[in-house]
Amino acid sequence: MPAIVTASSLTRRFGRLTAVNALSFSVERGEVFGIVGPDGAGKTTTLRMLTGILEPSTGTASVAGFDVGRESELVKERIGYMSQRFGLYSDLTVMENITFYADLYSVPVKGRSEAVGRLLEFSNLAPFKDRLAGNLSGGMKQKLGLACTLIHKPLVLFLDEPTNGVDPVSRRDFWRILYQLLREQVTIIVTTSYLDEAERCSRVGLLHNGALLACDTPAQAKERMRGAVLEVRTPDPRRAAGLLRGHVEAQMIDLFGDRVHVATTEPGQAAVQARAVLEAGGLEVQSIRRIEPTLEDVFVSMLSRAEEEGDGRRG
Amino acid sequence: MFDRIVQMFVKEIIQVLRDPRMRGVVFVAPVVQLFVLSYAITTDVKNIRLAVVDRDATPESREIISRFAGSEYFHIVSYVDSEEAAQDMVDREQVQAFIAIQPGFAQALRAGWSAPLQLAIDGTDSQTTRVILGYANDVVTRYSTQVLVDRFARTTGRRLEPDRVPLETRAWYNVNLESREFYVPGMLVVILGLVTLMLTSMAVVREREIGTLEQLMVTPIKPAELIIGKTVPFACVSFVELAIVLCIVIFWFEIPLRGSLWLLLLGSALYVTSMLGAGLLISTSCRTQQQATMTNIMFLMPTILLSGFIFPIDNMPRVIQWVTIVNPMRYFVDVSRNVFLKGSGIALLWPDLAALLVIGCVLLALASTRLKKTLA
Repeated sequence: MPAIVTASSLTRRFGRLTAVNALSFSVERGEVFGIVGPDGAGKTTTLRMLTGILEPSTGTASVAGFDVGRESELVKERIGYMSQRFGLYSDLTVMENITFYADLYSVPVKGRSEAVGRLLEFSNLAPFKDRLAGNLSGGMKQKLGLACTLIHKPLVLFLDEPTNGVDPVSRRDFWRILYQLLREQVTIIVTTSYLDEAERCSRVGLLHNGALLACDTPAQAKERMRGAVLEVRTPDPRRAAGLLRGHVEAQMIDLFGDRVHVATTEPGQAAVQARAVLEAGGLEVQSIRRIEPTLEDVFVSMLSRAEEEGDGRRG
Repeated sequence: MFDRIVQMFVKEIIQVLRDPRMRGVVFVAPVVQLFVLSYAITTDVKNIRLAVVDRDATPESREIISRFAGSEYFHIVSYVDSEEAAQDMVDREQVQAFIAIQPGFAQALRAGWSAPLQLAIDGTDSQTTRVILGYANDVVTRYSTQVLVDRFARTTGRRLEPDRVPLETRAWYNVNLESREFYVPGMLVVILGLVTLMLTSMAVVREREIGTLEQLMVTPIKPAELIIGKTVPFACVSFVELAIVLCIVIFWFEIPLRGSLWLLLLGSALYVTSMLGAGLLISTSCRTQQQATMTNIMFLMPTILLSGFIFPIDNMPRVIQWVTIVNPMRYFVDVSRNVFLKGSGIALLWPDLAALLVIGCVLLALASTRLKKTLA
């Protein structure tokens, strides 16, 4: 299947800062491609270049078969982009917002009302169509933003942290809508800092300091994680993590909620060591067990490895 | 293409008209301003408050005082005993001026000597001072002439026709020298400019601030469509505003429109264009609405003060006069006044109109380039 989005050595510099560094990847039709990374990793800059808002310093990208730089008009007609703070006109109603975007994209009037009706239906906005956008809740605003981005049936949908600051229920709804789109062969490229969302993607790229550390399916990414993850439960996880860091050989020791995760290639030995260290430090060990690594484990261990390697870049 | 412009137009108009506060700002505030300022801004000096120190207390001194009191310009507020007391009243702004008559005033007059009369004016406002001085001079000159005529009659028994050159004055275009006729047509210009600039200067920066500009950038909208969509709606609102203001000026203030209404509208169109350009330029240069508001004030202050609306440009230093060449308001103040008061035609006013056209085109071109850069 041919790639619908390709980036080849996309680079963007802002003065002396390199926000995105030689990024290359491709996304196939019908995929949900997640770009994951900490704040400031270059996620938004990448999306802005792919959508033609920002010119890359070097490198090229093509979307839906057109070059983003040279054929931006053709690209714009075929994509939808929802920026981080999707701009809705808060003094226009839900319906007026949708109509406005429909006209900007020259959506034919014939069949438009069906399209709008369908969008309102699956975003559950139908009862609120005459409400001012400014009076919608955060989750509803997000869905209205999505509806406005979808009005012209884009081939590729770019979403920049779409569920940031949205409640968990609305987030689940939002993803339900995205999955419906996938059935219609829409390709979705989404950035997120929520790793549970990354797990829902067909492939994820980990972005760190403007460079791609890994690009895999969530399952593959987990397999690449060498060794195993131990979950340590103690009454004082913060202190426990501190103690373990000083005394146990591991790729990663980090807090996950009220537990400590220890990634290691020698799980048996590490478990014994950990128990000894914690008990010597006067902490009660409630349990130490081996768990399936989450994507978060994978990324945190990759990030810490990348940072240890000095400049944070993988060759 | 056309759909997109129509939709931009509808959207902008809804955004201006939906919010009641915005409606107030656009349609009510200017009308209130027009009323208040038109009554407030006047250089007519009437009812000058005067104190009198009469230390002579003779029929002659009382005669000259009564001449001041009898003139329509002076209003005698108080009689005091000393200059110090009168000066104190000036300091407290209870009076604007005082006259003092020294003992021996009548004696000197009767003896045929010159008899000095002292007039002290609060000179803080030079404009008003000059007017008061003029009126006082008038009163005293008439009295002096009378004294001379009387003396001549007494000594020779003949009646003297004072042999002098009478100055017959006639103020053209504003016969009664009402300053309102001069200021209201200027007021119209200021208000029209204010509204146009205010609306346009928010147009782009607001979208930038709420994030819709980034969204517009990924739609296939073309720069030209965006520029038209961001100017034409405000031009329309400005013209509605103009219609309201014109009606008030003509029917309420009864300022005669002696020239052609069409010429005035043509001037308005060119003037609105230049203000749209200025507003759009501000809007595309600022990152936040707050910055745009501050810039507006910084732009409007000199624009209004150097427009000739209050202070005549002819009286400004040469260098400042050169600066006013780029001020669009200056030209339309001129057009408005001339069309209203003198009924001037295009033959006389075309340089103003041409200047407005040039300024408007340059500003719009600059703003468009900036906007295109944002979109590209």
